[in-house]
Amino acid sequence: MKSKDKVLIANGQGFWGDSILGPVRLIEEGPLDYLTLDYLAEVTMSIMQKLKTRDPSKGYATDFVTLLDRVLPKAMEKGVKIVANAGGVNPMACKDAVLEVVRKHGLEGVKVAVVEGDDILDELDGLMGGGEAFTNMDTGEPLAPVRDNVTSANVYLGAFPIAEALNQGADIVITGRGTDPGLVIGPLIHEFGWTEADLDQLAAGTVAGHILECGAQCTGGNYTDWKSIENMAMIGYPIVEACPDGTFTVTKHEGTGGRVSRDTVVHQLSYEMGDPANYITPDVVADFTSFHIDDEGNDRVRISGVKGAPATPTYKVSMSFQDGWKSVGQLTISGPDALAKARLASEIVWDRLKYDGFEYAAEERLVEFVGANVCHEGVAVPGSDEPSEVVLRLGVKGPDRAKVNRFGSELVPLVTSGPPGVTGFAGGRPKATEIIGYWPALLDKTKVSSTVSVHELQPGGPS
Amino acid sequence: MTHATLDQIAYARSGDKGEGSNVGVIARSEAAYRFLRDALTEEVVQEHFKGINHGGVRRFEAPNMGVLNFLLEDSLGGGGSASLKTDAQGKTHGLALLRMEMDIPDEVLQSVER
Repeated sequence: MKSKDKVLIANGQGFWGDSILGPVRLIEEGPLDYLTLDYLAEVTMSIMQKLKTRDPSKGYATDFVTLLDRVLPKAMEKGVKIVANAGGVNPMACKDAVLEVVRKHGLEGVKVAVVEGDDILDELDGLMGGGEAFTNMDTGEPLAPVRDNVTSANVYLGAFPIAEALNQGADIVITGRGTDPGLVIGPLIHEFGWTEADLDQLAAGTVAGHILECGAQCTGGNYTDWKSIENMAMIGYPIVEACPDGTFTVTKHEGTGGRVSRDTVVHQLSYEMGDPANYITPDVVADFTSFHIDDEGNDRVRISGVKGAPATPTYKVSMSFQDGWKSVGQLTISGPDALAKARLASEIVWDRLKYDGFEYAAEERLVEFVGANVCHEGVAVPGSDEPSEVVLRLGVKGPDRAKVNRFGSELVPLVTSGPPGVTGFAGGRPKATEIIGYWPALLDKTKVSSTVSVHELQPGGPS
Repeated sequence: MTHATLDQIAYARSGDKGEGSNVGVIARSEAAYRFLRDALTEEVVQEHFKGINHGGVRRFEAPNMGVLNFLLEDSLGGGGSASLKTDAQGKTHGLALLRMEMDIPDEVLQSVER
């Protein structure tokens, strides 16, 4: 099995909500060995936990099931294996839904693996009782005061459980929370037989995974010189051609839109980067300042010489907690004097709320004049002082849900009791929505154990 | 020297990083990287983002990629789902930095193929 000298791995989903066309076209438009799909962000886990609380059969990325219904026959025909973190907080329910798709298409024999062990919400009290403080990595605060507000708690697992699932013959691997690059490293470990000691190779897989993890962001999407990118509508999603020694080439299917060049790849390498010399994952600490980049032309960029250092003894834990309420609404205000009228309108809203006993502190409220340089505040931008129209965007937040809700009913009255030219109010009164706080912490690896199970369709029902 | 904007000699990409954002500045040539390593200091970037960032600025260098990576430590109005801002993830901070006006040596401008 460990005989291939080159493996093709693509990513067809950069986040939950990315276009279904990415993975559909990757399956249809060219050769591929593995399709990876990333559905999880920090906030996503909390939303999924809430869905699962309401309905024990929910709590995973349903988009994944919709996608498989569309591509599974073709993927299995071509021998493409699929690795996705679509399991969210309920990977077994996700597996059941996937097996229903297998049954629907008559694809008996498809093996579906599930990686578990990342979800530590139920063990949180035991771990805290055992001395784990879950100190916030950003603020240094202990978790105890907000413990009762915690809504999800997941460890970022590494790539080896995914490799184990593939070793056991899985065609589809479903995980919960893991590192994004792990979706790519897992297949490489499986194909090339890398071990925990192959630090440079694991680091190379990490770099490859980072390049792939946001889908088309490395093939010309969100690119500074956007005018130079051709056929963005049919942009190709990225593919890595990986070799056993860890060198790899970033490319895309022939005939697809977009571009793979040194510059498009480095754009993505810079994304969400901290200290580039110490990119920490559970499997390795990768050095993003170590490698060589060669633009070979024809949408091919080769990366070689990646260096890695031993992994740390801890897993990163991602927790979410209930952190208050917020409400945001907007109106469109036409010229003449759009900006001046928008300023007046915002003052009217705060004054009326104050009259009724609702005052919001400066840090609890937002006023934006969209169209008048909101995104680049404080940076000189020509023409932003007299736009022909602006969107007035107001918001409040705080711990008191009723107070946050009161704000929402003072926006639409401006249409008849404010300055002229106020319009564009749609979607009803803005309502208070929950703020989901993010709590990053570390946990000793010995406190966590992952499990891998492989499932097949059984006559009569899912296994 | 020519007075020009940073986008003449660099690309950028930005995104969220906890309660702050990161801006990767990608030099368009090796000469541009050498110039920016000296000219684009933490202090200069801190001043440029004073309307957006309310925390510190840290810089990291990755010469193999021609990248200077800046962390703006408090630039998202709370970060994650707590932010009320339109750009709650700092997606546009890269373009904001590329608007910076600076005096650029002519040989650096000429080193960039455009």
